Amino acid sequence: MDIKKETIASLHNKLVNKDVTAQDLATDALGKINANEEKFNTFITVNDKAPEAAKKIDDEGIKGPLSGIPIAFKDNIVTEGIKTTAASKILYNFMPVYSATVLEKLEAAGAIDIGKTNLDEFAMGSSTETSHFGTSVNPWDLSRVPGGSSGGSAAAVAAGEVVAALGTDTGGSIRQPAAFNGIFGIKPTYGRVSRWGVIAFASSLDQVGVLSKRVEDSAAVLSVMAGHDDHDSTSSNKPVPDYRADLNKDMHGVKIAVPKEFWHEGTHPEVLENVNKALDEYKKMGATVDEVSLPSLKHAVEVYYVLASSEASSNLQRYDGVRYGYRAKDVKNIKDLFVRSRSEGFGDEVKRRIMLGTFALSAGAYDAYFKKAAEVRTLFIKEMNDVLKDHDLIMGPSTTTPAFKIGEKVDDPLAMYMNDILTIPANLAGLPAASVPAGLADGLPVGLQIIGRPFDEQSVFNAAYALQEENKFYEKIPTALKGED
Amino acid sequence: MISKDEILHVAELANLKFQDNEVDSFVSQLDKIVNMESKLSSVDTTGIEPTYNMGDTNTVFREDKGIHTQTREQMLENVPETDNNLIKVPTIVDKEDDE
Repeated sequence: MDIKKETIASLHNKLVNKDVTAQDLATDALGKINANEEKFNTFITVNDKAPEAAKKIDDEGIKGPLSGIPIAFKDNIVTEGIKTTAASKILYNFMPVYSATVLEKLEAAGAIDIGKTNLDEFAMGSSTETSHFGTSVNPWDLSRVPGGSSGGSAAAVAAGEVVAALGTDTGGSIRQPAAFNGIFGIKPTYGRVSRWGVIAFASSLDQVGVLSKRVEDSAAVLSVMAGHDDHDSTSSNKPVPDYRADLNKDMHGVKIAVPKEFWHEGTHPEVLENVNKALDEYKKMGATVDEVSLPSLKHAVEVYYVLASSEASSNLQRYDGVRYGYRAKDVKNIKDLFVRSRSEGFGDEVKRRIMLGTFALSAGAYDAYFKKAAEVRTLFIKEMNDVLKDHDLIMGPSTTTPAFKIGEKVDDPLAMYMNDILTIPANLAGLPAASVPAGLADGLPVGLQIIGRPFDEQSVFNAAYALQEENKFYEKIPTALKGED
Repeated sequence: MISKDEILHVAELANLKFQDNEVDSFVSQLDKIVNMESKLSSVDTTGIEPTYNMGDTNTVFREDKGIHTQTREQMLENVPETDNNLIKVPTIVDKEDDE
């Protein structure tokens, strides 16, 4: 079956009509993943028991919309009995003894965990190149990165291995790879989805979301996995809408704000051209588009790298070689065990972030870096929310360029960090944000970013759906897959 | 400008150690990044409260009731070295001849 042409709803119909069984879907998906793996390297671990779990669903009967649908999980989401590594050597053999709430909720709805996708180590990166298990590859151009950190999830969807995959987004890790792979991806409002069982990077920024070819598929998955969880006190108890059932592509009267700072000079002209074209479509559909200003945007990268690194340095203290994960050999004492396990177990980018964070939190630097960044964050949140008082949505490009070449930026951390300037704002302000395909630049996908008010994922889905139904980008086949069928 | 000594001090705080041949490139990379972050000092934040947490920061109450989570055996499954159902670690108190 050609998954690229299917949606969760079309698969559900086939399951209900018994044109196909859940076991077939799981077996097909594994076959496709295994056949592709050498080319795209999208998975770290596949779940060989998926067909067995799917058979159980078949036996019990297909129930809800996700029943029997194979879904991939980013490998920083813990899964009981399936190795979970965060793409790090320090967790190379980690076998969780419990599952993340998002996995439990999706499995309770009948979804099948097909396996664990590749990412940048501990989700720290924009390309998957910092993965201990090697980089994933972009199906639109095999010499290019799929983006990151949820690059494995994005490439797996673009390559037609799964209809939907879970990712996490701390500074753009769902939206940037979605843009690079020509698919949809949404980071919900901070607190919309439980973070229980998600390997922590930066706890005030991390959020779990979904990537899929079609907007309606992410909407279906998010409705199931969102909501309050007793295990995560930051998860909200606001009611969860049925996002897919409520999809509405009518854009009449929708007020769109376009921050002029998003159109900065470093952005690729063809990216801007595609984004401008999308904005023209919205105007034709009856929306209004106003230029606004976010003066503090120029400091967003600075704020983000201070805060995210500080939180990471604290969260990653737990990896010490004592209770789980990699343990250094032939150590002379406990301190040596900590230092050598960490120094041998973490990759360079993770060490860089731990160092930056430890520095920003150290006596003498705390006020000038950590506290200062937290204050500027307050200013920035106010600017974003002020814009959203008069506007329903903020839009702009998701990324400054289309997918870059493998190896192009890996030795220049600062250039890699500047990539995140357009996606960081939604994380700093905790707002829901998505990337939806807007077109192609030199044959590579470009994403339009849509940011909404807190807990108004519905408006983000609606706008993305309106554009999707207009440009039908999902009909385009990634270059590396042409001639496959 | 962040010095090599400062970097080595931070590494000590973070329980990390760098090979001699890596230190210099780390120092120059971190210096560039910290330099970029230093631009924050130009923003006037007089009277602005810092944002450290997101979302509702209400205290969550629940019934004080025991729940079953993992067993001791499960909790020990991932431990690299165990002895008699306990986590085994190397010497904690240094003997002089260790140094």
